Amino acid sequence: METVLAVVVGGLYAAGIYLMLRRSLVKLLFGLALMSHAANLLIFTAAGFHGEAPPLVPEGSRALLPPYADPLPQALILTAIVISFAVLAFGLALFRRAYSEVGTDDLDQMKATDT
Amino acid sequence: MLIAVLSGFVLAAFAPWIHRLSPRASAWLLALLPLGLTGYFLGQAGAVAGGEPVRTFLPWVPSLGVNLSFSLDGLSLLFSLLITGVGALVVVYAGGYLEGNPQAGRFHAYILAFMASMLGVVLADNLLLLFVFWELTSVTSYLLIGFDHDRDKARKAALQALLVTGGGGLALLAGFLLMGDIGGSMEISGLSHRGEALRASPLYVPALLLVLLGAFTKSAQFPFHFWLPNAMEAPTPASAYLHAATMVKAGIYLLARLNPVLGDDPAWHVPVTVVGAATMLAGAWLALQQTYLKRLLAYSTVSALGALTMMLGIGTGPAITAAIVFLPAHALYKGSLFLVAGAVDHAAGERDVARLSGLARKMPVTAVAAVTAAASMAGLPPLTGFLAKENLLGAVSAAPAFRIAATVAVLLAGAAYVAIAYVVGVRPFAGAPRPTRIEPHEAPAALWIGPALLGILGLFGGILPGPFVPVLSAAVSAVLGWDYEVYLALWHGFDPMLILSAAAVAGGVGLCAARGRLLSLRARWGHLGALGPSSWYDAGMKQLTYLARTQTRLLQSGYLRTYLLTIVVATLAAAGFALLRGGGVPFAAPLSGARFYELCLAGLVLVAAGATVRSRSRLAAVASLGVVGYGIALIFILRGAPDLAMTQFIIETVTVVLFVLALHHLPPYSRISSRGSRARDAFVALLAGCLMAGFVLATTAGKRLPSISGYFAETSVPLAHGRNVVNVILVDFRGLDTLGEITVLAVAGIGAYALLKLRPGKGKTP
Repeated sequence: METVLAVVVGGLYAAGIYLMLRRSLVKLLFGLALMSHAANLLIFTAAGFHGEAPPLVPEGSRALLPPYADPLPQALILTAIVISFAVLAFGLALFRRAYSEVGTDDLDQMKATDT
Repeated sequence: MLIAVLSGFVLAAFAPWIHRLSPRASAWLLALLPLGLTGYFLGQAGAVAGGEPVRTFLPWVPSLGVNLSFSLDGLSLLFSLLITGVGALVVVYAGGYLEGNPQAGRFHAYILAFMASMLGVVLADNLLLLFVFWELTSVTSYLLIGFDHDRDKARKAALQALLVTGGGGLALLAGFLLMGDIGGSMEISGLSHRGEALRASPLYVPALLLVLLGAFTKSAQFPFHFWLPNAMEAPTPASAYLHAATMVKAGIYLLARLNPVLGDDPAWHVPVTVVGAATMLAGAWLALQQTYLKRLLAYSTVSALGALTMMLGIGTGPAITAAIVFLPAHALYKGSLFLVAGAVDHAAGERDVARLSGLARKMPVTAVAAVTAAASMAGLPPLTGFLAKENLLGAVSAAPAFRIAATVAVLLAGAAYVAIAYVVGVRPFAGAPRPTRIEPHEAPAALWIGPALLGILGLFGGILPGPFVPVLSAAVSAVLGWDYEVYLALWHGFDPMLILSAAAVAGGVGLCAARGRLLSLRARWGHLGALGPSSWYDAGMKQLTYLARTQTRLLQSGYLRTYLLTIVVATLAAAGFALLRGGGVPFAAPLSGARFYELCLAGLVLVAAGATVRSRSRLAAVASLGVVGYGIALIFILRGAPDLAMTQFIIETVTVVLFVLALHHLPPYSRISSRGSRARDAFVALLAGCLMAGFVLATTAGKRLPSISGYFAETSVPLAHGRNVVNVILVDFRGLDTLGEITVLAVAGIGAYALLKLRPGKGKTP
């Protein structure tokens, strides 16, 4: 399974980087979204798969019973998902404003600080 | 002694405040500190002259060999007395000179900070500590030269002085580190016994050259002399103090201090003597061509510094004695002349020698001080300058090599000093009065007390050198590294020195007569000066800005994708190299543990990602992006992460909605890149993808470090009373991280709102 997901991670990174290298601002944002997916999946996969039971402590027990899915990367990814959404939303707003001020979505025309 | 050094810094911090409290008395009050320090150092004179250096030691950064270690021997004592004594007079003088200037408090702060730094230089026993103080003098000198910071020339001169001396300081640091490395100690007292071993090391010559570079830039030796005349942009008290009596002598001090460690080798004698002699002659020659009082004095200072360097280069007992005698003599008369120049400027409003004449009647006290100082500079008996010149001539005529050339050089310089002394100290005061910009009047007491006291001291030292001899002997012994007895007397009988001395005076009188012709020569050949070292500095600065501009244009293209491409390619190269060196990528059995529907899911995510890239419609791209997100959420569910999946579902939905809403206002999807750049980007992106995949494989197959997940699994219920471990980690164990996350979310929300809703300039008249 790790091998399969490794390929998926690689594919997502490749797609994300390719889109970020475009001149169009929308594509840059799409690339950013793909990259954050890739990063989340990378953390998830790199931790390895030991069990498929969700990390929930059953009633009557005082600790998780192995095998359980690792809770630590899940906590990290949860934070990452929310933050990448915040960045994406901010980027989208920034883009809209920039487009309405500058009148182009071509990054090559946004080189100078003066409009 | 630590207090003696640091008190200046403390008082400097309070100086502007004290000045505001009582603008009139502040200078006299502030001068009490240098005066008190002079008293303190005089009190140590007995012990030091007895050959017993006073030491203190306080570890600062012992692991790096930096200690607050100070040592007061004869050489340090001589310099300390000059620094604090002249310092006291200069502070008083500055009070009068800057009277009414709203910035005077700032000036006092700089001067006191400088005094403390300079004391640090001459007292530090640790090389790195010395370096710190050395750079502090450069910085305070920068602040003082640029004191009138609204004048372009002052700012330029300040920067030039800082760059030249600061650059030399860096060389010095490198030299010090080399010395410490060879000698195994950062303490000068420790190194002075290891001179032999140091000189035998192959690194001796590089270390020596670096140290010399530092000393030569600081003491304005040829070809670094050009910053000193420009530094005359500083207010006159600062020029008198820093650029005549003290700071420029820091290089001389360093050479003298390190003589026992680095000296006594041809690699020392030859460059130091030659550079010193060249500076002495060039300075004298350039001084004769000046007409502005302060520049004239500045070039003659350059020349005097050259003479001192030359003596240290010769390095025999009489030569060191000459240097040590000339040093205070020069400080006395040059400090005095500078202060006189300031007083004349203050009282008559003129700086050009040609326009000044007959001031003696209006400024009698200043005139007497000026003539005394000038006589000392000319080397006339019975002043200290005479003693100094006798010793200089005696030293060169007994030099171990190139005796005649050295004697002629000193004679020429001596003759030039006579002429300079006449132009600066006598001509403005003698003769018939000329109309000046301001009606001349006697300067206030604060302005003549300094030059007068320095003049009296110069006279007293010449007639009765006896009381000074023990300190001078201790200083010479410290420079030489062995005990040496100085003998000073005004009258030696009719010996060759006296004849040489008389010859120098006669030559000076001749030069005075010929000065008019010299100035016309300068008018004809003056443009040749544009080829001098000063123009090298200008060219260097121009090249530097050119280099900066070129590399900025090259690296900072302004194209976002160029930056991204650079980052990606650099990461690829560095990380790929590390990955391959670590043994390549281990390929586990490709499909082990994967179920059929998981394979389908993985395929779906990949295809959707590809569709996002290839799509020509924005809506289709957004939809495929959503598919990628949902696919990943499904993977999370299948692999035991329901919390993640739920969050991902919600966020993905909101993202898609957001995109669709925003797309309505956005331009159509355009394809603007060229085919070539698309192919190049695709290639780089694919490589990066492979690298990331390789990383995942390497991580999952490699050895694992113990994880802390077990701790959370065990303590979640007992400590945090929560059964969902992921939630417990987020809100309890790592609660602060979550707070940060919420903050990011809030900031992004506020930012997005501001971007969409606020329009600057609306409702305002432009």
